[in-house]
Amino acid sequence: MKNTKEAKQLNRRSFLQVTALAGGGMMISLYAPKSLAQGPRGGGPGPQNTPQTYITINPNNTFTIIAKNPETGQGIRAALPQIIADELDVDWSQVTVQQADFDPKYGSQIEGGSTAIPTNYATMRQVGALGRTMMLNAAADNWGVPVTELTTASGVVTHTASRRTATYGSLAAKAATMPAPTNPVLKDPKDFKIIGKPIPGVDNMAIVTGKPAFSVDVNPPGMLHAVYEQCPVFGGRPVSANLDEIKKLPGVKHAFIVDRVQIQGGQGQGLVPGVAIVADNWWLASNARKSLKVQWEEGATATQNSPGYATAANAMKGQASQPPAGGGRGSAVQGNVEEAFQGAAKVVEAEYYFPLIAHAPLEPQNSTAQFKDGKLEIWSPSQIPQPAGAAAAAGIQNTDVTMHLVRAGGGFGRRLASEYDYQAAKIARVVTEERAAQGLPSVAVKVLWSREDDLAHDNYRPGGFHYFKAALDASGKMTAFRDFVASVSSVTPAGEFPTGFVPNLQISSAPVNPFSIPTGALRAPSTNGVSFVMQSFIDEVAVAAGKDPLQWRIDTLRNPNPPPAAPPAGAAQGAPGAGAPRGGGGGGGFNAARAIGVLEAVRDMSNWTTARASLPKGTGMGVAFQFAHAGYVAYVVEVAVDANKKLKVNKAWCAVDIGSQIVNTSMAKNLVEGGFIEGMSHIMGWEITIDKGRVQQTNFTNATAALGYPPTRMNQAPPSIEVKFVTTNFNPTGLGEPSLPPAVPAIANAIFAATGVRIRSLPLVKAGYSWT
Amino acid sequence: MPNYRLTINGSQRTVENVPAEMPLLWVLRDTLNLKGTKFGCGVGACGACTVHINGEPRRACQTQVSTVNQAVTTIEGLSADGSHPLQKAWMQVDVPQCGYCQAGQLMSAAALLRRTPRPTDADINSAMSGNICRCGTYLRIREAIHIAAGNGTRRA
Repeated sequence: MKNTKEAKQLNRRSFLQVTALAGGGMMISLYAPKSLAQGPRGGGPGPQNTPQTYITINPNNTFTIIAKNPETGQGIRAALPQIIADELDVDWSQVTVQQADFDPKYGSQIEGGSTAIPTNYATMRQVGALGRTMMLNAAADNWGVPVTELTTASGVVTHTASRRTATYGSLAAKAATMPAPTNPVLKDPKDFKIIGKPIPGVDNMAIVTGKPAFSVDVNPPGMLHAVYEQCPVFGGRPVSANLDEIKKLPGVKHAFIVDRVQIQGGQGQGLVPGVAIVADNWWLASNARKSLKVQWEEGATATQNSPGYATAANAMKGQASQPPAGGGRGSAVQGNVEEAFQGAAKVVEAEYYFPLIAHAPLEPQNSTAQFKDGKLEIWSPSQIPQPAGAAAAAGIQNTDVTMHLVRAGGGFGRRLASEYDYQAAKIARVVTEERAAQGLPSVAVKVLWSREDDLAHDNYRPGGFHYFKAALDASGKMTAFRDFVASVSSVTPAGEFPTGFVPNLQISSAPVNPFSIPTGALRAPSTNGVSFVMQSFIDEVAVAAGKDPLQWRIDTLRNPNPPPAAPPAGAAQGAPGAGAPRGGGGGGGFNAARAIGVLEAVRDMSNWTTARASLPKGTGMGVAFQFAHAGYVAYVVEVAVDANKKLKVNKAWCAVDIGSQIVNTSMAKNLVEGGFIEGMSHIMGWEITIDKGRVQQTNFTNATAALGYPPTRMNQAPPSIEVKFVTTNFNPTGLGEPSLPPAVPAIANAIFAATGVRIRSLPLVKAGYSWT
Repeated sequence: MPNYRLTINGSQRTVENVPAEMPLLWVLRDTLNLKGTKFGCGVGACGACTVHINGEPRRACQTQVSTVNQAVTTIEGLSADGSHPLQKAWMQVDVPQCGYCQAGQLMSAAALLRRTPRPTDADINSAMSGNICRCGTYLRIREAIHIAAGNGTRRA
């Protein structure tokens, strides 16, 4: 019983659709023409002109609001519905949030790049406001009064003069018969009741009571469990395996070799060849795997190792003085650095290194799929759900895939590659076909990796070998800055500060060959590593200049060089000048005033200027800032270091500018605390090393410490992390990523302040440091 | 493969046809369909699989089913309706990010409070450092434990 009306075009961007529901409710939909809503970062085919329903108004005056994006812990399952609910003007307690399946009608459904807020904030507001306007119009029509005399609150329309009220639920049927509004009035942000509030995570009750909330908990009836053995050497493949022997082991139902399938358009490694073992439960499959004997064709990567990469990088550093040939990717040249070095009052030179690291979300990679009657149903924890990849792996059409988006136990960029989906899809098809041959019905299969699989088969955060040189004049101003990157899939920081703030600049790179380790995005690419080297070396330069390193950053940021061109008439405030840093991850241009804003805020929060003067011996304060994913973050960190290199973070202060509005103040602070604590893992313990083309680290801990991959633990976390959100008149942007990168150099710079020892190589554990 | 009789969250459960060395974690998850107890590392390093055996915190991934002869409590048994003081505090503080570790964190915290009803930060750090939170919610976990213990909302 659906009666559908379509509104006229709204702002030439989106269309409204209203559908009456049997029983008196209604659905409000917004859909976008194909040209608009195609996600910029992939994520499957573009949306079609079918409606996407966001709001269901139920007759009992409750509201079901769709959360369209994947949830991996960043809180988006609350944040996007919060925006709709506030503009709809209902109470959060009246709202039930419902996770969307993958559907092109929703446009981009991606968790990545801290893009969910900046790309959806305006649209979600509009959806909610449309709903509210429809309720007003329906009430005005019923009562024969002007809309301007009506108000709304808590899902109720009120006409004060006549003391009449009507719930949205009672108006829904009427509203569904009326023309849909075309220009809803948005709230004044000062009237927000749900946006900007500490709304708790929508799955908190399920999480604390152990309900099956996660991908790994998906459990269709009769499901079988799979393990998947991949070649330990990247790029290798199985030639043969003792499959007949494996199939005889307890509980084992299937064992087979899977060939490589290239997946078009997906991140990561496609369907990596391997051996699948499918059993009644995961432990039996895993136990059978201990008896698996595979003859591998390891391939060329088996000759590579981490010391080899370092040796090759070191042999290349002589290229640092050569201007980049042909303006290679990521390179930058301005003025003449070599001339500036000749005439400098002081020259600072240093070599920096940061390692490959793994993502290690706590929920190991997994996916559940069922292949039945030529179609695939799949429950995916991916950050970038992509039915096309699963379809290709299973050898079927995209349109034959139904994909459910399931809460993932952490993402951090790891689930921007969906190998587990491809494996589940392929294994599910083989299992269904083998069962059919035995006269058995189709069942679902879950593939679940071990922690060891997860560390050995990631797409790693690329490492960096950086060779820096800078020049200062007699007044302490930086006159030249040079960085040469010996690249292992590394990012060359051509657009990073101090680009745009130094007259002579040269940034160049050349590849270490061969390097065949798969790399990918980790929370805040590329600044998660680049911030460490740039903000640490800048600190060295500031100290060499004899200046307060925080004030030196501010002073440098106040003097763009070359000066920015005059902005064209009508340009937005803060439009970047030519050559200004761009920051990682598609955040638009760098705005020095916003960077200065967070530096000044964190200076004041931490009482930087006076506190530094009175610290005891072995205690120091460090600073760093970063522009990342459209956000500006500055940290001050106080650390204590004893004679045995035992390190303690006493306190951290963080100032954040992500625009005019924090959508969820609770999750925002949580993400800052988490970003800092992740930074502690990066600086102290995390390194992936390669030997004979394979990863050496096995698990979070290992009896041989170097083979462990230790995350920060409770006893290492500081007593407090003080966070301040600096609001500025810019569109709201995301926070999942910006909070991490400058945490690492801020700690490193604090260690220098405490000890005089400059940290130029990570992780610290290799230099004998540990947490107290 | 043998059968085992287990007491899980106060109920007698019979587990049929599982190997003696099968870890309790996989018996809970795959045989008894109690999905709250989580797999994170398989080597007892992350604490995601923490359950109570006779009231003591144990790593279910390191506990063979054949060795379990006392009552087992899982996150589902802490309370099904979220009424345990720790569950309430977890929701009050809005602890989770991804949430995957939190069942194990809660079970470790519950064991702590049974031993030490009014823990200090040092007590908390000592009891909780076997539980990894990859998202880094440690400050909120500390705060929630203090609240559940009636220590107020202090964080330091």
